[in-house]
Amino acid sequence: MIKIVNLGMNHETAPVELRECLAREPGNTSTALASMRKLQSINEGLFISTCNRVEALYTSEAPEEARRSVIALLSDLGDMPEHAFSSNLYTFEDAEAIRHIFRVASSLDSLVVGEPQILGQIKEAYYQATKEKTAGVVLNRLMHKTFHVAKRVRTETGIADAAVSISYAAVELAKKIFYDLEGKLVLLIGAGEMAELAARHLMAHGVTSIRVANRTFSRAVQVAESFNGSAVSFDEIGAQLLEADIVVTSTASTEYVINHELVKGCLRKRRNRPLFFIDIAVPRDVEPRVNDLGNVYVYDIDDLKGVVEINVAQRRQEAVKAERIVQEEVIKFEKWIKTLEVVPTIVSIREKAEAIRQAEIKRSLSSLGQLDPSQRKAIETLTLSLAEKIINDPIVVLKRKADRPTRDTYLDIARRLFNLDQENGAEE
Amino acid sequence: MAFLLFKLALFLILLATGGFIVYIIKQQKTVYTWSYRILLAGFVCHTLFLAHEYYSLGAAPVLSLKSALSFFSWTIIGAYLIFQLRFKLMVLGSFVAPLAAFLMIISSTIPGMEVVVKPMYRSIWLTIHVVTIFMGNGMLAVTFVAAIMYLIQEHQIKRKRLGSIYSRLPSLETLDSINYYALMYGFPLLTVGMITGSIYAQYALGSYWRWDPKEVWSLITWLFYATLLHERVAVGWRGRKAAIMSIVCFLVLLFTFIGVSLWLSDYHSFKTIEGRTGI
Repeated sequence: MIKIVNLGMNHETAPVELRECLAREPGNTSTALASMRKLQSINEGLFISTCNRVEALYTSEAPEEARRSVIALLSDLGDMPEHAFSSNLYTFEDAEAIRHIFRVASSLDSLVVGEPQILGQIKEAYYQATKEKTAGVVLNRLMHKTFHVAKRVRTETGIADAAVSISYAAVELAKKIFYDLEGKLVLLIGAGEMAELAARHLMAHGVTSIRVANRTFSRAVQVAESFNGSAVSFDEIGAQLLEADIVVTSTASTEYVINHELVKGCLRKRRNRPLFFIDIAVPRDVEPRVNDLGNVYVYDIDDLKGVVEINVAQRRQEAVKAERIVQEEVIKFEKWIKTLEVVPTIVSIREKAEAIRQAEIKRSLSSLGQLDPSQRKAIETLTLSLAEKIINDPIVVLKRKADRPTRDTYLDIARRLFNLDQENGAEE
Repeated sequence: MAFLLFKLALFLILLATGGFIVYIIKQQKTVYTWSYRILLAGFVCHTLFLAHEYYSLGAAPVLSLKSALSFFSWTIIGAYLIFQLRFKLMVLGSFVAPLAAFLMIISSTIPGMEVVVKPMYRSIWLTIHVVTIFMGNGMLAVTFVAAIMYLIQEHQIKRKRLGSIYSRLPSLETLDSINYYALMYGFPLLTVGMITGSIYAQYALGSYWRWDPKEVWSLITWLFYATLLHERVAVGWRGRKAAIMSIVCFLVLLFTFIGVSLWLSDYHSFKTIEGRTGI
């Protein structure tokens, strides 16, 4: 009886120091896969190693022995004694293991639920496993199903829809204002870490030109270089506002850098093109009244935090829907796994029928004298369809019982009726 | 036969409208796909119905309020389908379809009467006048719908309350472009419609301009839209101001279309309601 087992640790069960030890070297995955392939107790294996989780997914007919070997393997890999991490491990078997891998790939088990990277990481892990030839019938099917589930969750629920980081929320907003960020001009005023992150997100979504203004001009030049942008002086801001579409402010200034009059003055010259201020400075850089101007939108850090909070709550709701999809798919997969159990018996019945057929043809042909090829063919066809029709109904019954509790009884009876286990049995 | 086509079109449009409303709530793409197909089927039925009417009357099928409303609804859906090809905005249907369905329902509740088609209705000028005016109206109905969507979305973003409507509506830029393009197509059609109308008046009634209330109100509507277009193109109006103005313009247009015809018009009224002749 094959078991699917998932053994490992994630961001919830193990502290980062421990996960670091195991995921330290980039070549770890292939090392782990190579040693899993050597293990007798493990049929198929897969090794996932990301910054938030380290786990082995394997199938085994001797789960106890396999477990000991995998723990030893982890201990080697992390170069630490087993007792140092054994309490941080989780183990899932069969349905639970299937559910676990489905949940992981669908990003339900992630630190930030709905984050998109994990699926790519799992795909990479599977690719490695196929390269190292540690994935077989069961894991191949399981992993393809896993990707299918992850895709379903992504398309059928809103789990990854809403941004859950401040800089990403700002990008989402920008897209709701401008639709297409391509060709838009971003002006960074002040160059904090957060502002740079926001700028990077904006660039990832199509923004190509960035200008940087900073009190210390040399710093502006430095930041601008890292974005392939240009630096402008702090006094030019008024003129820059005529051209910019998105302005990210993050100066340490105690008074407003952008005030109502300044923005109002440039609107007509801009021909009312929309202007989006992302103010991540505390205290604020943009006077709140600027938001009252037509076609101008101001979001400060608290507004963005508010957006993120709503989105997090929304993701939690969507996760419930996702769990239902996972559950559905686990049941389907279990059904398939169970059909695996009846396959050997069906194969034996077929083989036996074929062996009898061959033997009988051989015996009869010698007594039939000379036959032309078409007659020979007719006998082939006749015997083949006879044999197939006789074993067809029993096979159908076995397949139907594959996921029923009475399966083992049926298998047992079938093996006895067809006398599959004693080669020279009760015939005489 | 024609009656059946009309009923079928009405049924399909209502069904599609229901689907579009379910879509905006549930956000399931298959619901949208089917609503769109049903609407398309309804549009085809409606087109066949109008073609049949045109063929059997020998004149544009707008001689009564009933048929005028049905034709108006057809042009709105037509304009929507054109914009759908250009912008591929799934949510637009959820706003346009109810408007078209509303006009269809009113049209279907007005009892149909035998229309006497005078020989003067069988003029090519009249047909051109009616078709261009109505296509213009259809386009301008789209500016109206896009303007409403813009105002809703803008309100959400300005007030920083990003609810479920926010995520369902498209970006401000998209809505503003739809509003702009619909105006750019709708206004010339309206203009051509009015010019051909006055040519037809000269031909049928002997003068280009008779200071009839319908004519005066049409001119007022045209001036409203001309102002909007001017402000947009020359001054650079966009967004909220342009949206509010398009809504005002469309209300004036609706008044000209329905109100004036029912209560004020001299010769340009609907015969079946007022018992007068002319359109």
